[in-house]
Amino acid sequence: MTRLPVKKTYKLFVGGAFPRSESGRTYEAEGQNVARASRKDVRDAVRAARAAQPGWAAATAYNRGQVLYRLAEMVEARIPEFAELSTGRDEVERAIDRIVWYAGWADKLAQVIGSSNPVAGPYFNFTVPEPTGVVGVLAPDDPPLLGLVTRVLPPLVGGNAVVAVASEQRPLAAIELAEAIATSDVPGGVVNLLTGFRAELAPVLASHMDVNAIDIGAANGAAPELEKLAAENVKRVIHGAADAQSPWEIAGFLELKTVWHPIGQ
Amino acid sequence: MAELDRTGGAPAVPADWTYAPAPESKDIVTLRERYGLFIGGEWVEPAETFETISPSSEEPLALVGQASADDVGRAVAAARTAFADGWSALPGSERAKYLFRIARILQERARELAVLESMNGGKPIKESRDVDLPLAAAHFFYYAGWADKLEYAFPNRKPKPVGVAGQVIPWNFPLLMLAWKIAPALAAGNTVVLKPAETTPLTALLFCDVLRQAELPPGVVNIVTGDGRTGAALVDHPDVDKIAFTGSTEVGKAIQRQLAGSGKKLTLELGGKAANIVFDDCALDQAVEGIVNGIYFNQGHVCCAGSRLFAQESIYEPLVDKLKRRLETLRVGDPLDKNTDVGAINSAMQLEKIRELVESGREEGAEIYQPPCRLPEKGYWFAPTVFTNVAQSYRIAQEEIFGPVLSVLTFRTPEEAIEKANNTPYGLSAGVWTEKGSRILWMAQRLRAGVVWANTYNRFDPASPFGGYKESGFGREGGLHGLEPYLRFDE
Repeated sequence: MTRLPVKKTYKLFVGGAFPRSESGRTYEAEGQNVARASRKDVRDAVRAARAAQPGWAAATAYNRGQVLYRLAEMVEARIPEFAELSTGRDEVERAIDRIVWYAGWADKLAQVIGSSNPVAGPYFNFTVPEPTGVVGVLAPDDPPLLGLVTRVLPPLVGGNAVVAVASEQRPLAAIELAEAIATSDVPGGVVNLLTGFRAELAPVLASHMDVNAIDIGAANGAAPELEKLAAENVKRVIHGAADAQSPWEIAGFLELKTVWHPIGQ
Repeated sequence: MAELDRTGGAPAVPADWTYAPAPESKDIVTLRERYGLFIGGEWVEPAETFETISPSSEEPLALVGQASADDVGRAVAAARTAFADGWSALPGSERAKYLFRIARILQERARELAVLESMNGGKPIKESRDVDLPLAAAHFFYYAGWADKLEYAFPNRKPKPVGVAGQVIPWNFPLLMLAWKIAPALAAGNTVVLKPAETTPLTALLFCDVLRQAELPPGVVNIVTGDGRTGAALVDHPDVDKIAFTGSTEVGKAIQRQLAGSGKKLTLELGGKAANIVFDDCALDQAVEGIVNGIYFNQGHVCCAGSRLFAQESIYEPLVDKLKRRLETLRVGDPLDKNTDVGAINSAMQLEKIRELVESGREEGAEIYQPPCRLPEKGYWFAPTVFTNVAQSYRIAQEEIFGPVLSVLTFRTPEEAIEKANNTPYGLSAGVWTEKGSRILWMAQRLRAGVVWANTYNRFDPASPFGGYKESGFGREGGLHGLEPYLRFDE
């Protein structure tokens, strides 16, 4: 008698847990039934992200860098699985290397992006980058793993919490990534991954009043409408490319804070 | 002259310390009866005009143009031509020299511009003379030096100008906001169409004369005056590559919506409701000065004004007592009087808005204090105001008043101060007063605001980036960071 395999239930990743959609709905993608997140799931994910963000931002940059490097280790350990769910081993290796590259930025950003400002007066004045807060990400359709990693790592390394909507047609790599994140040291709620219909979820994310920035590079024709919704709370709107790697990708999700103090005796 | 009291053997002291007025002369300003639009280096006659007045006397000063959508189109075309015909190809070192010239001319004509600023906007001459003009000149001087150093500011990024920048500025610091907008735009190699605020167009129009004196090529800077319709036409124009707006959050949101899908670059510097947080271990007298400077500077017409005072409970009473006493010494009146601390409210509309919000404060149950002061009969005036017994939910604690009105709230612990200070959709600025260094940095780290002033308030410098978190906008003005909105990068 052959052993009956234990099949995976493809669920959402919210607040460090793997819930089904509260709506109970699923949709078919890549031959599997995948959770179809609802508006309520988006709102739950934003709440989880908001709750987790201050702790993530308050971790030392060195610590955030190590946690993200740990994520690269976890993905490396699952190369065969990821290779099957993406375009192949090459995509997975590039994704891992990209995670490592961004992990190394955590404790360098402030020196590249911040400044000490020579004001005309007896004041010490400096500018530091800080996370904007909760970031919504629409993951590119393709490549399913590298695209998601490319868009999620920049806000993440800057100290933001992320709510990402996975590739609608190829969501399985995202779910696998959620499992790698859950077994790394990324705190629950710092990354939340939703599967479902982008047209349904993106407007909820774009209009949500507790989301600070949104990356709509993958929105295609829906971008103007999403930009309009984003204006409701003056969101930072980023049009991220599916395959990009630079510190300026991170900078789009950072605020700059300038502090003044008098110099005296 | 004050009389000297010589009764008794006591040393002679004046019996009455009342100041004599020390008005700055208006003679240095020569106004024309009417102003056109400054397009392509020429004055273009507008189809419609409106009167611009002095808010301290309600006297008309001049007629200015109400630029139509067609006028805006002509200005954008002039800017595009100037961009293509040489400005963007000019070596940075040559662009720099034009900006240095402008800075120098502003310094030379500072008094004239300061007087005009106070006439048209109502701000005290000592502020336009000591803050607005020196900072405007400094801004041009600072960005002049960047024009030929952009590759060093953005290594490996190949910075290029964006093209034509459309800029819409507010009425609270008319010439200074013009400098904040035009200086980085030109340094980066862009050309500009700028719309001054409806109520304060005159220094921008006099600035056109400065541009001619500097021999800036025609069309590099175009100034179109008018009301909100002119601004909307500029924002909407398809040949504008970048919009920079400073003004209310409401209008900022409308612009962001209007630009959705356009691909235009956008920066917004919007409203604020800053917390000025005073701990019981602060240098109290300095804190009181900082509070006064924070909210009564420029009649409170300041987006980063410290309009919410958070006093630690243990210091609440002495702080409020001292503050009230200090308010009694503020001189409210003629903006051109060199003694004046608080000038005229910028417009009838703004005065109405302040009155409405102050009334809401009374109705909701806050306690109002205004020092005794005689307000001039003509013009728009509002006495410096302090509200105590304010709850976080009151409109005066939540909405931007943009007037000389302070709401006092209290807190016990640093955590509570942070919680309350950040409990607003805005995030432009904040103040912290304490002698404890580690607490300053702890607070500065947690305040969700683009500028944190510790043991000081309302300091500005061209080298210092300024701009908001959350609904106070995005993008920075000032410093190296202030160049980025005016550049694109071929990476």
